[in-house]
Amino acid sequence: MNALLAQIAAVVVMNIRSLPQRKWMSLATLLAVAIVVAVLLAFLAMGEGFRATVGNSGSDNLAIAMRAGSQAELNSVLMRDQVNLLETAPGIRKDASGPLTSAELYVIVDGIKRSTDSEVNLPLRGISPRGIELREGVQLTDGRMFSPGTNEIIVGSGVLREFSGFDLGQKVKLGNATWNVVGVFDTGGSVFESELWADARSVQSQFNRGSSYQLMRIALSTPGDLSAIEEFIAADPRLNLDVWTEKQFYGEQAKATSDLIFYLGWPLAIAMALGALAGALNTMYTSVAQRAVEIATLRAIGFGNVSAFFGTLVEALVLAFLGGILGTIAAFMLFDGISASTLGGNFSQIVFSFEMSASAFQDGIVLALVIGFIGGFFPAWRAARLPVIVAFRSMG
Amino acid sequence: MNDQVLFELKGISKSFVKGKQEISIFKNLNMSINKGDFLAIMGPSGSGKTTLLNMLGGVDQPTKGDLLFGGDNISRYSESKLAQWRADHVGFIFQFYNLMPMLTAARNVELPLLLKNLNRSQRKKSIETALKLVGLEERAKHIPAELSGGQQQRVAIARAIVSDPDILLCDEPTGDLDRKTAVEILEILQLLNSEFNKTLVMVTHDPEAAKYASQTLHLDKGEFVEQELAV
Repeated sequence: MNALLAQIAAVVVMNIRSLPQRKWMSLATLLAVAIVVAVLLAFLAMGEGFRATVGNSGSDNLAIAMRAGSQAELNSVLMRDQVNLLETAPGIRKDASGPLTSAELYVIVDGIKRSTDSEVNLPLRGISPRGIELREGVQLTDGRMFSPGTNEIIVGSGVLREFSGFDLGQKVKLGNATWNVVGVFDTGGSVFESELWADARSVQSQFNRGSSYQLMRIALSTPGDLSAIEEFIAADPRLNLDVWTEKQFYGEQAKATSDLIFYLGWPLAIAMALGALAGALNTMYTSVAQRAVEIATLRAIGFGNVSAFFGTLVEALVLAFLGGILGTIAAFMLFDGISASTLGGNFSQIVFSFEMSASAFQDGIVLALVIGFIGGFFPAWRAARLPVIVAFRSMG
Repeated sequence: MNDQVLFELKGISKSFVKGKQEISIFKNLNMSINKGDFLAIMGPSGSGKTTLLNMLGGVDQPTKGDLLFGGDNISRYSESKLAQWRADHVGFIFQFYNLMPMLTAARNVELPLLLKNLNRSQRKKSIETALKLVGLEERAKHIPAELSGGQQQRVAIARAIVSDPDILLCDEPTGDLDRKTAVEILEILQLLNSEFNKTLVMVTHDPEAAKYASQTLHLDKGEFVEQELAV
């Protein structure tokens, strides 16, 4: 066993040391693998970042109620009387000011994306006076809160970063009215940073929504426990509503888009990997052809075909692994933390950051090694079956 | 069987098919090689001398007949058993040296020792002994590209003898060297035969090289046509 390992180690060392003889071809394979890994990691980071932004937006302490069957806020309608009725439900946290709830409406307004100078949809959310208390980690980083009953808005830091025209103190035309930007808020990277917030009644008035809302945000008296509210809704036919914890709601919202990114990313990476695989096969077959006399000489000396096989396979794995590391470093430097925006579940822009996770790195390296393994296996098989008699053929 | 007989070839035939035609290289070839022989095999191109050497080295198999080494029929060995047999009993010396270009002389010589269960210091000692025998101990750390043709062939000889094989098979060992260097190499081979009692089989085109052997066999169209003994 020791002798076999020594044989394999000797052949591996020889193959690795002979790489400079095939430097351009080896480098091309290494780069092809690196590009495949970088592209895959970019998609995974995009999906991960989107999932983190939207999926982390929810809390188990809060619930969201919308019209039954609504898949998104835009499809939902809640009337004032339903809101009043729901505020009396058990299971809602109360304090001296009454039940901690916020009836909200959500309209789509126009914005200009800084990177492309194109017109995009942005969400303007009308929130009730207690709405800010129903969002964890919200901080006004600049300016002040809007005043109820006025055309004042505060903007999320993501909006400020990605879209033009929302700087503090600016006047902006949304719908038929002009609004003043009076503050900037940050929520620690959640989906709310992609929104504009204003007083719900002002939004109802300026967008002719009467007394309708689209959802009600509720603080739960027991985190994660919806049973009391669900029973209350089920018992009253006027309340044709669905209720989720906020975490469940945003988790569902994130899933469709992040799945789409994920299912686009992998097939693209695999298609590119096939190209890299062709390169790896070519490099390794060339390597075996160039080293045919060396391999046959070793076999003549008494080395087994197992060492010829593993020597070639390990060479391919080393090239692919180096390509994987290079791709990982490139992806990290190019994509980690960069900000982007895409269309979310409510047909409005969601700002998120690419997020490189350890599992994405692992996936990238595994993909590189799979390319190396397949790209090395068949040439290694050829090396192992090379006739020893080749050693006696002329080298001159 | 005579204790002195190392190799015995009995009724060896070798042929291969080219297109629809069967080409015969040997038909019913018989010969024996004794321990301590230094045998030169000469003959025109295509006479079968390299094929014979390949069969003696277990890298080619006869179509028919028995190839006995120390009484064992190696023509029936599997590929892996033959590899082990070569590691234990055979040293090869090639016309173009066949050294690993990225390894130093010492590392090239070490290769056959990796097939034995020897520790690092045992291997080091054997490498030093072999390189000293061919007069290259000073060049142990040089890679082949830094050595002359003659020096490379001496490294190849050191590699062939380092594991103390029973037989050395030399395929045109001086075919790529000038006359002066060829003589140096042939003298080393002769020394291995006379001083260390190594059995050598050397295929050569060169009558001058054959003179260093104790016996020369002339092969033509797969048959031995003449035998000369050294005077």
